[in-house]
Amino acid sequence: MRSTSIMIVGVGGQGTLLTSRILGTVGISTGADVKVSEVHGMSQRGGSVVTYVKMGEKVHSPIIERGEADILLCFEELEALRWIDYAKKEASIIINTQKIDPMPVITGKAKYPENIVEKIKADYPNVVTVPALELAEACGSIKAVNVVMIGVLAKRTHIPKETWLDAIRKTVKPQFVDLNIEAFKKGYSL
Amino acid sequence: MKRLMLGNEAIARGVYEAGAKVASAYPGTPSTEITEYIAKYDEIYSEWAPNEKVALEVAIGASVGGARATCAMKHVGLNVAADPLFTAAYTGVNGGLVIFVADDPGMHSSQNEQDTRLLARAAKVPVLEPSDSQECKDFTKTAFEISEQFDTPIIVRLTTRVAHSQGLVEIGERADIPLKSCEKNPSKYVMMPAMARKRHVVLEERLAKLAEFSDTTSLNRIEWGDRKIGVITSGISYQYAREAFGDVSYLKLGMVYPLPEKLIREFAAGVETLYVIEELEPFIEDSCLKMGIPVKGKALLPLIGEYSAGLIRERVLGKKQEKLNSIEEGIPARPPVMCPGCPHRGLFYVLKKLKLTVTGDIGCYTLGAMPPLETIDTCVCMGASIGMAHGIEKARGQEAARKTVAVIGDSTFIHSGITGLIDIVYNKGTSTVIILDNSTTGMTGHQDNPATGFTIKGEPTRQVDLAKLCQAVGVDRVRVCDPFNLEEMERIIKEEVAAEEPSVIISQRPCALLKNVKFNGLLMINTDKCTRCRMCMRLGCPAIVDRGTHIEVDPALCVGCDLCTKVCRFNAFERVGGDHA
Repeated sequence: MRSTSIMIVGVGGQGTLLTSRILGTVGISTGADVKVSEVHGMSQRGGSVVTYVKMGEKVHSPIIERGEADILLCFEELEALRWIDYAKKEASIIINTQKIDPMPVITGKAKYPENIVEKIKADYPNVVTVPALELAEACGSIKAVNVVMIGVLAKRTHIPKETWLDAIRKTVKPQFVDLNIEAFKKGYSL
Repeated sequence: MKRLMLGNEAIARGVYEAGAKVASAYPGTPSTEITEYIAKYDEIYSEWAPNEKVALEVAIGASVGGARATCAMKHVGLNVAADPLFTAAYTGVNGGLVIFVADDPGMHSSQNEQDTRLLARAAKVPVLEPSDSQECKDFTKTAFEISEQFDTPIIVRLTTRVAHSQGLVEIGERADIPLKSCEKNPSKYVMMPAMARKRHVVLEERLAKLAEFSDTTSLNRIEWGDRKIGVITSGISYQYAREAFGDVSYLKLGMVYPLPEKLIREFAAGVETLYVIEELEPFIEDSCLKMGIPVKGKALLPLIGEYSAGLIRERVLGKKQEKLNSIEEGIPARPPVMCPGCPHRGLFYVLKKLKLTVTGDIGCYTLGAMPPLETIDTCVCMGASIGMAHGIEKARGQEAARKTVAVIGDSTFIHSGITGLIDIVYNKGTSTVIILDNSTTGMTGHQDNPATGFTIKGEPTRQVDLAKLCQAVGVDRVRVCDPFNLEEMERIIKEEVAAEEPSVIISQRPCALLKNVKFNGLLMINTDKCTRCRMCMRLGCPAIVDRGTHIEVDPALCVGCDLCTKVCRFNAFERVGGDHA
């Protein structure tokens, strides 16, 4: 079995925890050993958050290290840049083109880096950008950004679409299933 | 059937399968979900206690009462619960008593990085340490058995990466463990000097037996591989070591106190070079050195922070991961911030304006120490804000109390702030205490507490009336104010700080993340009205962004709390679509 390491990076509050639950559920249904590592507590309050999802025959460490990620799923541009060292050279790097200013930028102590996507593209061949916020809004809720991103990611794996849809149905609250499936399809069609 | 479970969820499953009947805890990252998941099992009585000491006492009582009982906390919670723990080690148990303690190497969400193994050794209580979710469940069940077999409380130690990682877990059935009889036995349960002296002897004999057990239990196992390198390790460090070293020999310790001396000697004799891989303190390493076994550990790896396979590869094996890109950009940090709509923001805005010294406490509001609010001057432990404000007054005189306030959350106040307030009243202090009552325990993810009026199961219960409580301990000046009413809050704080007697201000507004909190809709900035005076930027709201040419509201972040409208003198903030949209 091929092992896959997925890193989800973003800003606390963007729904990365739900993303990792869905990915974990997909992982199990493929029969793989799965580990998902999350951070709860203070960092969730608008801080930089990273979640690791590892699948394979046998997973030991739940953590992904520099140069190990097969997929870097970035919910925000600055966070993409912050964690880019963790991607393999040939990794799929999926970037939501959303910018959220961190407090040092808001207070004027630091500048938000420019042309992040271009800089990453210069060194990595497989970069996809996604206007996930707009796509989610079109589905009826900006909170569905995470599931749009999963859709984009799903298209770049060998796991059947139905497995992903099943995982979404199992993971999200019943009243939000339709909305999330639509968001997934939006991402998947990219 | 296998399920993907968080380490903490697997612990809860283990508690369930072990037939436990009582669980009490105070929330604390990274231990909180243990009790939240336990609460989903109706077969187990569960509760949030006001603090860890009470939680452990409840669990000890349940154990003496004949039930398998449990209690969970974060590492610093064990300091609070240390008093009952040290003596429960003397009394031993009736029903099995398992205490889950989650350490936080790297301090993802903690004020220190203490190592529970040291405190457990000081308390003479055995410690198990799981490495993944499956072991979380299995070790929990084994822990109950050890507790009953050896008549001892036992600690299961977790770290953040075990507690908050999901892994596959094989699910089992709940064991039917009948309640044991509960008989009067003062020589075991009444720890007065005469009895305690005898029990201390029992405790030392028990530890010797546990050390023998540690040598034979399958919790500790040797995995022979290439014998050029041997690694003694436990917990999450085992996983990192397996990835870094590959097929070498391992002594994987599931029971880390007492350590299996014979097994360690056998393992050491079978390998050429011996490493100990353990995060935080050199607990295993020091024991090996004391046994005269040369090992390499902290000489190569840090005492501070989390480990990883990469760190081990680099420090021990000299293999550094090369950088795969040429990006050399200064990346601004993204520290955690108060959420948009956070009730604390209004209060800290006023406190900053008044230039007060602020003794702080543990909770989301500790973020009031960060720019741009930068108001909190101290943060030590749960409840410390109040005692420290009093201490400042006693050191520097009443004048200092005219410029100082303590800020503490509702849950933290109940946890251990009330005793500090009693100290102020009793010892004629004149400090001002501000209780940030946001109707929940925010930082740990919205747990109920005695001040919310709901139990862990969401059932309505008698709510502690914070104002009456403060009045009852002798505070005559108790005021309640909405922190988003900036003018009134400023006036009240000025009055109460000036008063030469103790006072309490209850800053009351629910956490913006609570489901029932509704705001009026998104705001935007009318750039014609905005003069770029930047008053709104002083709020430190993540939704208000300076784009260089203009200031704007990020619609993805704004919740429409309206606080910015109260600091803008030009009425530049307008509701998207108008006020009646």
